Amino acid sequence: MSMQEIWGTLFTFEDYGELVALLANSLIAAGLLGVVGGLISVFVMARDIPFAVHGVSELSFAGAAFALLVGFDVVNGSIIGSLLAALLIGIGGARASEKNAIIGVLMPFGLGLAILFLALYDGRSASKFGLLTGQIVAISPGQILTLVVCSILVLIVLAIVWRPLLFASLDPEVARAKGVPVGVLTIVFMLVLGLAVALSVQVVGVLLVLALLITPAAAATQISASPVWVPVLSVIFAVTASVGGILIALASPVVPISPFVTTISFLIYLVCRLAGQRRLKSLHRRRAVREAELHESRIASV
Amino acid sequence: MATEDRHTPVLSLRDAQLRFGERVLWHGLDLDVEPGEFLAVLGPNGTGKTSLLKVLLGQHTLYRGTAEINGKNVHAGNPAIGYIPQQRGIDQHTPMRGRDLVRMGIDGHRWGTGRPSRSRRQKVDALLDAVGAGSYADAPAGTLSGGELQRLRVAQALANDPSVLLCDEPLLSLDIHHQRIVAALLNEQRVTRNTAVVFVTHEINPILPYVDRVLYIVGGHFLVGTPAEVMTTESLSRLYGSRVEVVEVGGRLVVVGGEAECVDHHVHEDELIPDRGAI
Repeated sequence: MSMQEIWGTLFTFEDYGELVALLANSLIAAGLLGVVGGLISVFVMARDIPFAVHGVSELSFAGAAFALLVGFDVVNGSIIGSLLAALLIGIGGARASEKNAIIGVLMPFGLGLAILFLALYDGRSASKFGLLTGQIVAISPGQILTLVVCSILVLIVLAIVWRPLLFASLDPEVARAKGVPVGVLTIVFMLVLGLAVALSVQVVGVLLVLALLITPAAAATQISASPVWVPVLSVIFAVTASVGGILIALASPVVPISPFVTTISFLIYLVCRLAGQRRLKSLHRRRAVREAELHESRIASV
Repeated sequence: MATEDRHTPVLSLRDAQLRFGERVLWHGLDLDVEPGEFLAVLGPNGTGKTSLLKVLLGQHTLYRGTAEINGKNVHAGNPAIGYIPQQRGIDQHTPMRGRDLVRMGIDGHRWGTGRPSRSRRQKVDALLDAVGAGSYADAPAGTLSGGELQRLRVAQALANDPSVLLCDEPLLSLDIHHQRIVAALLNEQRVTRNTAVVFVTHEINPILPYVDRVLYIVGGHFLVGTPAEVMTTESLSRLYGSRVEVVEVGGRLVVVGGEAECVDHHVHEDELIPDRGAI
């Protein structure tokens, strides 16, 4: 196959406009998920818990698989699965290391359950695969409504707890001393994270949730440390990836959405990382200069 | 302090006893700290120095006795307290700049997202100036040196004009030079603002020039007095119940012996604290 033939198989722009119109709802949902993912990922980075995202997503998968098996709504199933997982992780251990152990214990259990449920399920195999790799264009208007409602719920909760949650995430000891309910906020955040994971699973699937819930803020923190710019950039990156991924995927009859979402997300990270290298170098140089000046002033004062 | 009866002490402990289960950390502790006073809390690991701060922060409850700040019972989130923790490393990609650390001391505990405010920004700038951190205020906190971070922590703790600063080993893991700078800065702010300082440490030397009184805790027993009274071979030997020597070497006080006691009590206080760290 020549490059052109491969390109022809991958993409066809026939009826593109009609497809976009047809999937307007999916695009809106994807945009909203991008906003949610971008904001949540800021806290995932601030709390340094990417592993928890992965753990929650696998139990979300188990929930969805169970729902598929018993003929319950898949979106609701994945939401219940990830909320349970998030709650267990949130109240599970006192320290980050304990949490990681709990996540490591929960993850294979969840995945094992999911495999069991899928093995018992004798319906369409595409439905199974969709859980792993995302299926937002295939979900019903009712499910999209659920996604939108949950996204808005997440955004409202985040708006209420934003400052104390950031304080508790970045500086837990002082936050606690200032009377911030650090433990309660941990549970609240884990629940919100659980919802966000369940929602993102619909777009990119269980395996690739990290692309929407970690990569955006990981990219943003490469080029900024501002508590305003990091969330803003993170949201822009996540929306670009989720909506952009769908728009490109529409032109392709064979490739599903998730590879495009993850690729865009990854490319953004790569660019930010390269730009960030220079920034870090100059920051470290300035620190060295400050330390040297301090040293000299000390010698001068002796 | 001869002025004891004329005004309410900033901090007051009466017959205070703290225990974890069966283990009594200290008991019968009576202590008043006056405005602007610098109290050093010394002793081996696991004797309840940090736990004393947690009592004052309202995070641990006394088994017996009372603890008051400005004449009111201790409670969580007391705005009269500024808290300075140990220096710990911050990842260089953490989304926080130096000025954000200080700002959180002003309104980080409030609900909502917070709006930009000129007066708050001016206040942050004033605090940054006060600790000489202006030149690196906009750098990511993760790219600052330990000494720079602890300066910011002083500013953060001073943000709401507290009556007392509770410091938990703030000089630990700094080099001697930065220890001196941060200690001097802390003292300068104490003097200009008349803020009392309760300073938990296992190393008195960097703060020795500023300390008014020492609370020395060993294995449930304690001693309160001026450094000249407490930091002597006789006093500490009696307190440890074994031969301990305090030697002065080049202007620094060195406590020799008592290490066996330290090993005995080498239970990390952290491990007794039920919830710590975030996820």
